[in-house]
Amino acid sequence: MPEGGAATAFEPVLFKDIDTPELYRRQVYEAHEGYAALRRALGGEGSERMTPEAVLEEVRVSNLRGRGGAGFPTARKWQFLPPPDGGPRYLVCNADESEPGTFKDHEILRKNPHMLIEGMILAGYAMRATRGFIYLRGEFAQPKRVVDAAIREAYEAGYLGRDILGSGFDFDLSTYLGAGAYICGEETALLDSLEGKRGFPRLRPPFPAVAGLYGRPTVVNNVETLANVPAIVRRGGAWFASLGTERSGGTKIFSISGRVARPGNYEYPMGTPLRVLLYEAAGGPLPGRAFKAVIPGGGSAGLLVPSQFDLPMDFEPIAQAGSMLGSAGVIVMDDSTCMVRAATWLMEFYADESCGKCTPCREGTKWLEMALERIETGRGTPDDLELLQGLPGQILGNTFCGLGDAAVGFLMSAVRHFWPEFEAHVAEGRCPSGGDGR
Amino acid sequence: MISEARRQKAMEIIRGFPQKSSAVIPLLHLWQDEEGYLSDDAIAEVAEIMGMPPAEVQEVVSFYSMFHRRPLGRYHIEVCRSLSCALMGGRDILDHLRRRLGVGLNEPTPDGLFSVGAVECLARCDLAPVGQVNLEYTDRLTPEGVDRLLADLRARAEGGGAGA
Repeated sequence: MPEGGAATAFEPVLFKDIDTPELYRRQVYEAHEGYAALRRALGGEGSERMTPEAVLEEVRVSNLRGRGGAGFPTARKWQFLPPPDGGPRYLVCNADESEPGTFKDHEILRKNPHMLIEGMILAGYAMRATRGFIYLRGEFAQPKRVVDAAIREAYEAGYLGRDILGSGFDFDLSTYLGAGAYICGEETALLDSLEGKRGFPRLRPPFPAVAGLYGRPTVVNNVETLANVPAIVRRGGAWFASLGTERSGGTKIFSISGRVARPGNYEYPMGTPLRVLLYEAAGGPLPGRAFKAVIPGGGSAGLLVPSQFDLPMDFEPIAQAGSMLGSAGVIVMDDSTCMVRAATWLMEFYADESCGKCTPCREGTKWLEMALERIETGRGTPDDLELLQGLPGQILGNTFCGLGDAAVGFLMSAVRHFWPEFEAHVAEGRCPSGGDGR
Repeated sequence: MISEARRQKAMEIIRGFPQKSSAVIPLLHLWQDEEGYLSDDAIAEVAEIMGMPPAEVQEVVSFYSMFHRRPLGRYHIEVCRSLSCALMGGRDILDHLRRRLGVGLNEPTPDGLFSVGAVECLARCDLAPVGQVNLEYTDRLTPEGVDRLLADLRARAEGGGAGA
């Protein structure tokens, strides 16, 4: 798409009112259809009140899929819960937004926390949860203050607590602050952390739906996923589905960062071509630069090259191209970017963040980090190059959780598309691009 | 000795959870927020309140990068080194800060005023390079901007002001 082409027309869902001043205050949110879905679902009289099953049905019809990265159908995740047995059931919001290059949840949390809270109450009602937690990463002390204030307002208005809007449904909600560990974004590690332990991923099965927090039935959903629920209930699942593609309903917030003219969060329909995001939303490359490669879905996703920019940004097409939509954190690299250096930076991250539970991830990421650092600083050998070719394939699919796959996603794609750069670093004993240090 | 006020706060935190075990990380935050780091005494006090062996509390502490077992500077400046910020010069900022202050990572300056940390993606990549000063965001960092930041914080400290 050329710059200045016709703007994409669609109806925003999550960012509809995002720049309204003080939207984080309950009255302002309410003036913008806030809590209308909750009032409709729980507050109606007699047959007007929606049953939990009716709320779940709207979400099923909506084709809403998990926005944390996996793209799992949200309603199906809720349906995995066993029938209520009178004991506690938990809904946990994953606000551990730590995937490199992803910053969408932070914007929802700090600007529109009530949308998330309303979504959690509706989701909790649909799955008959008794208690909700919002697990925020430790670095989110600032957004936590905003969310905590919004939760207090929601209690004051009778949207949280006992017998919400006269429906007989009770739901309590509070925040929880992590303490710095990327792995806690993985849902079972998050639950361990929430229980007060080191955040190690758990063996599955049992899945959290059966044995989650404190061994009780639990659903973990991402911030953006839950924030979509009020609009789905208010406007109907069919409406939401119609905004997206056949398999993925709704819109998506794309976080665009790196070497691009206008970095930021942009809401677009699911399936929007990457090119539209890069040019229409983000304004194209920095002046005098040309795009070289783009990570479409956070640091854990393989890169795409300019010939692939017409791909629709949806789970299946990006997976078929050998990458993943993931968190939709779009990280842009241009002709000033050394791919070996980018791979080194990313591998340092995964080597640091590997929890150490399983060997392929703990050792493999460290070995790759050391080899990459040698190559990047001009001390690399042909053996190091061989390691880059062979070792990632031994990590892929052989680790306890997804972190191992995540660690090698970018490297494997960089090796595939930019191998001559790696070879040149070893042959010349330095970075051939020289570049401006980035 | 745990002050009565803090014990009260701790009990309130514990009551907020369906199971007590969940309170250990919030309690560690409480102690670190008030004391600046987690001393051996802090670990022992949290362990006592939680009814856990201190070694188990230490096991939790050592897993999480935001818990510090040594004092940091009064102003702990962290800079993101993840890819999006690095592409916009974040790592140069980190090097600049360490050179300016002559310290290693998480090592306070001799006057105790500053320390520098490297952190991973802070989820504000649109404003890269991004950092935090005592967990409050600061963004679009430049070497000149960081020098001004240091001067401002120094002036604030000398003026007797409180935290960042």
